[in-house]
Amino acid sequence: MVALVIAEHDNASLKGSTLHTVTAAAKCAGEVHVLVAGSNAGAAAAAAAKIAGVTKVLHADAAHFADGLAENISEQILAIAGGYTHILAPATAYGKNILPRVAAKLDVAQISEITKVDAPDTFERPIYAGNAIAYVQSSDKVKVITVRTTGFDAAAEGGSAAVETVAAAADFGKSAFVGREVAKSDRPELTAAKIIVSGGRGMGSADAFKVLEPLADKLNAAMGASRAAVDAGFVPNDWQVGQTGKIVAPSLYIAVGISGAIQHLAGMKDSKVIVAVNKDPEAPIFSVADYGIVGDLFEIVPQLVKELG
Amino acid sequence: MKVLVPVKRVVDYNVKVRVKSDGTGVDIANVKMSMNPFDEIALEEATRLKEAGKVTEVVAVSAGVAQCQETLRTGMAIGADRGILIETGVELEPLAVAKLLKAVADKEQPQLIILGKQAIDDDSNQVGQMLAALLGWPQATFASKVELGDGKVTVTREVDGGLETVALQLPAIVTTDLRLNEPRYVTLPNIMKAKKKPLDTVKPEELGVDVTPRLKTLKVAEPAKRSAGIKVPDVATLVSKLRTEAKVI
Repeated sequence: MVALVIAEHDNASLKGSTLHTVTAAAKCAGEVHVLVAGSNAGAAAAAAAKIAGVTKVLHADAAHFADGLAENISEQILAIAGGYTHILAPATAYGKNILPRVAAKLDVAQISEITKVDAPDTFERPIYAGNAIAYVQSSDKVKVITVRTTGFDAAAEGGSAAVETVAAAADFGKSAFVGREVAKSDRPELTAAKIIVSGGRGMGSADAFKVLEPLADKLNAAMGASRAAVDAGFVPNDWQVGQTGKIVAPSLYIAVGISGAIQHLAGMKDSKVIVAVNKDPEAPIFSVADYGIVGDLFEIVPQLVKELG
Repeated sequence: MKVLVPVKRVVDYNVKVRVKSDGTGVDIANVKMSMNPFDEIALEEATRLKEAGKVTEVVAVSAGVAQCQETLRTGMAIGADRGILIETGVELEPLAVAKLLKAVADKEQPQLIILGKQAIDDDSNQVGQMLAALLGWPQATFASKVELGDGKVTVTREVDGGLETVALQLPAIVTTDLRLNEPRYVTLPNIMKAKKKPLDTVKPEELGVDVTPRLKTLKVAEPAKRSAGIKVPDVATLVSKLRTEAKVI
């Protein structure tokens, strides 16, 4: 059994999500190959070859792979899919966009956002916003899987896989990349951060989020938000943690002014330690928080910064 | 130009579901059901395109049990001109839904199909992409902005780290993200009007689609419970607990 991991990358380097996916793949099959489909993506392919546990890197290079269009990347995967028992991609915007196309063309069911591999054909995945865990068994000849990155550790460095160039699949031709608007941030990436400071509707305004900045700086934390805070326009939507936003599992999650709706909990309840700061002692967030403090966030957060020295 | 909007009947998003004690699934008997929130957004977008004069007909389609009719009526109250119910008691997986929708699309020949990005029950996020693959059409998932032009659609997508814009040749598939629009409330007059709109029912067999599930659900379990936490009286205690007890800072 050989598993194929679809690398998420920006041509120059691999995204962290790829490393978590390799770990999941290694639990599915004895051998792991990685596909790097990109444009001038030699550096990303070289990085993939250094991941411990990877035995081969397949590198497909063409201009029409530059921006990771689902139509083109899925054609490339289909071109090399023969011989693999498992095809895995991270359950990020990138992987979710591409992989169902592959599954449909192979006429197999896709298993989305697995959090655990119980056997090479049996997987655990959350349903109903994480309120239930389904154990599903696939009898399909190829298991097509997206991997919830927070469910698996990142694979280490130390491999020395061979990089093999494969012929690029043709351009699908019906879709074109127009542009990208990247949200600028000097902070750690939300899904990879060890500590996250998150604000909700209780912050009250966009300006109020500034009160969280010294705390995030002190802890070298990423900043997140609930859907309510995003919908109110306090912060950009790529900060959103929840069922419809990002799924995170840092070692410390500090929820400030967040009530703890089901939708939000689905995105953060696998954090190691959860701290809640809320003025409402009945807020549902306290039922999942390891440490809760009831009070006005505008007093407590600055005190916290001071106390951390 | 015709737009097809698939809609799904799901447990209302405000309901906290319970896992059945025998582990066979979640208990959805006597639970409030509604239209999947992402599908409301899809219908709203299609209706707005129609109101802008860019679309002539909006067709809502749903697959599942007979009660999905209610979901289709809601869809027609939002703005769909007619509904198609693919009636089956079989629990449908995304691949089966995609195949059923392909059969409907082959017959209806829409130029655009707008779906929700995911259903809030199975959280799969697959049908739109699978349908695009089966039809051989381009796709724009997680849309936060849709501009319909001549023979093409330009879509801004929500991706990790920001936004991305793609241009697709029609016919095409778009799946909606939350911020695409704010769905309208259905009004009583529109609910009454929706009752008079046509609703056709077909069976999967008539469409020539095998909907047998591919995956076997061995069991459904409660997620691991977090152990009860404590409320601390002040910030100093909190920081000392984080340092010495939890050891996370």
